[in-house]
Amino acid sequence: MVERRLIQGNEACAQGAIAAGCTFFGGYPISPSSEIAEYMAREMAKAGGVFIQMEDELASLGSVLGASLAGSKSMTATSGPGFTLMQEHLGYATLAEIPCVVVDVMRLGPSTGLPTSPSQGDVMQAQWGSHGDRSAVALAPGTVEEIYDFTIAAFNVAERLRTPVVLLFDETMGHMREGVTLRTPDPGSLWHRPIPPQAPGHMLDAFIPNDEDVAQVPDFGRGYRFHVTGLMHDERGYPTSDQGVAAALLDRLERKLAPVEDWFPPEEYLLDDADVVIVAYGIMGRVARQAVDQLRAGGCRAGMFRPTVLWPFPARTVKKATERAKVVVVAEMNAGQWAIPVEQTMQGRVPTVKINSLGIGVDELCEQVTAAAFTEAGVA
Amino acid sequence: MTTSKELLRTELMPHMLCPGCGHGIIMGAILRVLAKRFENLDNVVLVAGIGCSSRIVGYIDGCTVHTTHGRALTFATGIKLARPELTVIVVTGDGDGLSIGGNHLLHAAKRNVDLTCILFNNETYGMTGGQLAPTTVLNAYSSTSPYGNTEPAFDAAKIAIAAGATFVARGQAFRTDALEELIDQALDNDGFSFLDVMTDCTEYFVRKNSLGHGSDMLFTQGLVNEDIQADLAAGPTIRPADGWPVRDLQKTGVLHQAPRPSLSARLSSKPAGQTR
Repeated sequence: MVERRLIQGNEACAQGAIAAGCTFFGGYPISPSSEIAEYMAREMAKAGGVFIQMEDELASLGSVLGASLAGSKSMTATSGPGFTLMQEHLGYATLAEIPCVVVDVMRLGPSTGLPTSPSQGDVMQAQWGSHGDRSAVALAPGTVEEIYDFTIAAFNVAERLRTPVVLLFDETMGHMREGVTLRTPDPGSLWHRPIPPQAPGHMLDAFIPNDEDVAQVPDFGRGYRFHVTGLMHDERGYPTSDQGVAAALLDRLERKLAPVEDWFPPEEYLLDDADVVIVAYGIMGRVARQAVDQLRAGGCRAGMFRPTVLWPFPARTVKKATERAKVVVVAEMNAGQWAIPVEQTMQGRVPTVKINSLGIGVDELCEQVTAAAFTEAGVA
Repeated sequence: MTTSKELLRTELMPHMLCPGCGHGIIMGAILRVLAKRFENLDNVVLVAGIGCSSRIVGYIDGCTVHTTHGRALTFATGIKLARPELTVIVVTGDGDGLSIGGNHLLHAAKRNVDLTCILFNNETYGMTGGQLAPTTVLNAYSSTSPYGNTEPAFDAAKIAIAAGATFVARGQAFRTDALEELIDQALDNDGFSFLDVMTDCTEYFVRKNSLGHGSDMLFTQGLVNEDIQADLAAGPTIRPADGWPVRDLQKTGVLHQAPRPSLSARLSSKPAGQTR
């Protein structure tokens, strides 16, 4: 089914979740994400699923992980302070390989900050917020329609790779209304977690990976008896203190996420002859695209690269998009979080300039890009 | 009939519990009740947090999940709501369930989510080396109360009753027959059942407070049991030199029963589509 609607970003997210087959939502109210919980509170029951408002964000994600272990496609939504409280369970979901989708509608931090102001301040937290070495998956939609599509995609990645997937967008995108085309996915296109090939019963191989490096853990209640733990574990799922086993497990958990980069192509705008490549994601991509037009009208050969997957860091894609650039400008609504790996990827080949603000318009971005391009690379 | 041994993951033996620890006694009681009630544990989920008590679920051949510190009840709530036909048992400790996870206990009881929570209460943090717990009695020594505890102990059962649990009982590793009966009744209750079970940490709490051996300490469970205290008067009395009681006087057995519809029942009674 294809439907043309005028809806808010948060509602698009909730609708995408239902279209993806989400049947469990555990949440806790927090601005600016609450509309997602409100929508799910109304619609989950109609979709034959369960909505529950838990006592805090630790509990929200805990309930989501429990429901996922019992076989439900599960999701929660939050914002910065709640996302911080969820970090331990995100690490748990990574290590125990529990599929789930966590939506973070970013607001200005740190702390309570500005609860109704947009920000892109949780980008590093999405990757490094939980303790230990851990690779995260974080997607960054740039339009309300993409919020719908990426929520569906987030469930597909979570199920296919048995991993938590974070959807990052900001307050503006969450509350903005846009005309969108909602395409109900073909049921055959939706991914479900891998089914274990072995017969039910006492299981000594619940965490043996398939050819995509994903453990084929059964759902509770399907006749399999097995153990799940946040301790380092062997392929039986039993705790181990063997460092070799632990290292191999961590290696596999990182390796299985490698294909994600290729599943989410970036938006590339006028990059072919661009001297100046503006790197921007989410809401900033929209500002950057207009800035490119304006800069080109003024004679500056600018282009835009808008990644749609932020983590695992798409190094190959970034390298390719910037190979002809004379200067790379990373424009973010934070103090330069994603600019750090971008700059590392450049390896000093061309200057990397950070443009950071709490909110920036097209004119101001053009001015700053023009100044940076001239100062850093002599590009006028 | 299934034997409790058949419900064990024997490949994981020997277990990691210390000599004299009461946790294995409680685990034995759980296993015997499960063996009585189920042919296998295909549809029994045992959810645990972090701590010595929480490690025991790994030894039981069911659907077992060892979650994060304090959050077992949140996982269990999700599991039960997603698949109401499963029997869900939460195994937690006093630090796990009453300190870091205290808020979840309140809300699980309030919701009357249909599961059984068994709290192994050893008055200390055993896994981390015998630190002060919310259940450590006043004046007791621990590695983080070297001058003696300045706070009174929580009464876990009173908390569960106040928050709305529909079946609350207190058991003891000291009396396994009574404990098995309580676990059985808890599983019968259609709603949130809470069991506070006395057990002893021989390696830390007992040693730190010079309370003798595991068997002596087990005996103190009888001494503070209002119901059987009189019968044990001839036995050894265990008091440290400065005379503070090593346990608060506590009632055992079924403490509270107040049936009301469970969370699953209430959820399924709301017709979809009628909103406001």
